[in-house]
Amino acid sequence: MPDDTLTIKGVNDGLLITLSPTEQWERITTDLAARIDDKLDFFRGAKVTIDTGERPVPKYELTSLRALLERRQMLLAVVVSESQTTLASATALDIRTRSTLVAPRAEDAEHDDVAPIDPEEQGTIGVMIRRTLRSGRTVHSRGHVVVYGDVNAGAKIIAAGDIIVWGKLRGMAHAGAEGDTTAVVCALDMSPNQLRIGDHITTAPPDKRRSNRPEIACVKDDHIVVEAWS
Amino acid sequence: MGAKVVTVTSGKGGVGKSTTTANLGIALARLGKKVVMIDADIGLRNLDVIMGLENRIVYDLVDVVEGRSKLRQAMIKHKQFPDLHLIPAAQTRDKTAVSPADMIQICNKLRDDFDFILIDSPAGIERGFRNAVAPADRVLIVTNPEVSAVRDADRVIGLLEAENKGPGQLILNRLKPAMVKRGEMLSPSDVTDLLGLEIIGIVPEDDLVIPASNSGVPVTLNDTSRAGIAFNNIARRLCGETVPLMNLDEPEGFFKRLARLFSGN
Repeated sequence: MPDDTLTIKGVNDGLLITLSPTEQWERITTDLAARIDDKLDFFRGAKVTIDTGERPVPKYELTSLRALLERRQMLLAVVVSESQTTLASATALDIRTRSTLVAPRAEDAEHDDVAPIDPEEQGTIGVMIRRTLRSGRTVHSRGHVVVYGDVNAGAKIIAAGDIIVWGKLRGMAHAGAEGDTTAVVCALDMSPNQLRIGDHITTAPPDKRRSNRPEIACVKDDHIVVEAWS
Repeated sequence: MGAKVVTVTSGKGGVGKSTTTANLGIALARLGKKVVMIDADIGLRNLDVIMGLENRIVYDLVDVVEGRSKLRQAMIKHKQFPDLHLIPAAQTRDKTAVSPADMIQICNKLRDDFDFILIDSPAGIERGFRNAVAPADRVLIVTNPEVSAVRDADRVIGLLEAENKGPGQLILNRLKPAMVKRGEMLSPSDVTDLLGLEIIGIVPEDDLVIPASNSGVPVTLNDTSRAGIAFNNIARRLCGETVPLMNLDEPEGFFKRLARLFSGN
């Protein structure tokens, strides 16, 4: 198998697939499919980070790449790229992005004469819902979810990132649904019937204490804890 | 102008949709309005029973939709209130015999000749519910002060919002003020807090309702019934009057008062 088109590496929470920035796209996708199909049982279910380097990948190419992976039951979770075009394509497809794979190393920093004083924030993607989610409604997002309203019992929010409810949370909230246990759930009135963060699950305590203060739920020592949000 | 189409629905069964429809129909007719009630619960009809009109059914809603009868032929006139009519549901078919478009068409034909078209929705959120809601200008959601009924009402309100039928208004049926006082039943404010919806009426639990429905003389016609008064008030609110919600404290009996006197409260 030619190694010049792509490399596949195992990383802590999935696969990192680095694509050659110069090779023809068709060759890359053909090679990728062949490499995966070769060890399909091994790759199946994997969460994939794709590094496209400086190649500008238009949305339709990224869509077909994602479809290629999904047909093999793999999830395209993150796109890493130096190209703004590629990052924009990924954002449009609701895929998480990172502009560079690793933080600049110390020696790189030294090369910079002056570090920017006010570096631009790398925003993250999410959805904003400006109404109350009633029983039976479900919201899925590959990013964060903000609800400006209540989440009633029987409604569900499933997000790869954080969940913020500017209202009463009474339904089910699953933050970090793709395994991110640093995700949090915040609500002005936290009384969900179930909370999930990553693969941790907790149910509402039977003594329904009603705290009128905003609260935040996160994972500490392998347990979901809820504390004052201040 | 023409008639206002008001659909009565709930999600959960057994909360009092048909009772509410029947009583609102009578109450509106007593206010001098021209009213037609449509039972949209095809296959499980019972509005005709509550109205005491069961024996006079010749044609039903499905007959109209399938062209076996004219709309007027299927309308049963109430004996006491000649301006009150019922189009009964078919008992033999199921909800798929009628489509939302059929319901809109029927209501449009009736609009010019009536003030109110009341549609009694079946329980559930499937076809029958969609049929009942399709022509609605206004939706009344009946619920009981218990968690499961409120949960279903919430689901229904969400579906109504999705179909741009507005949030609707709430009728809180079968409230027992004494249980609310003891903290054993959701209070009206608990329910509005959960649903975030305006309450158009609170109907207290009343032992007179069931015998009235069984005998085909809805409880609104009994002026001593507190539930009847509540339904009359809702009808007046539907006509645009401002009627304050009634005082829900149960009238104290003589012995209760006596007991209170002696216990020194």
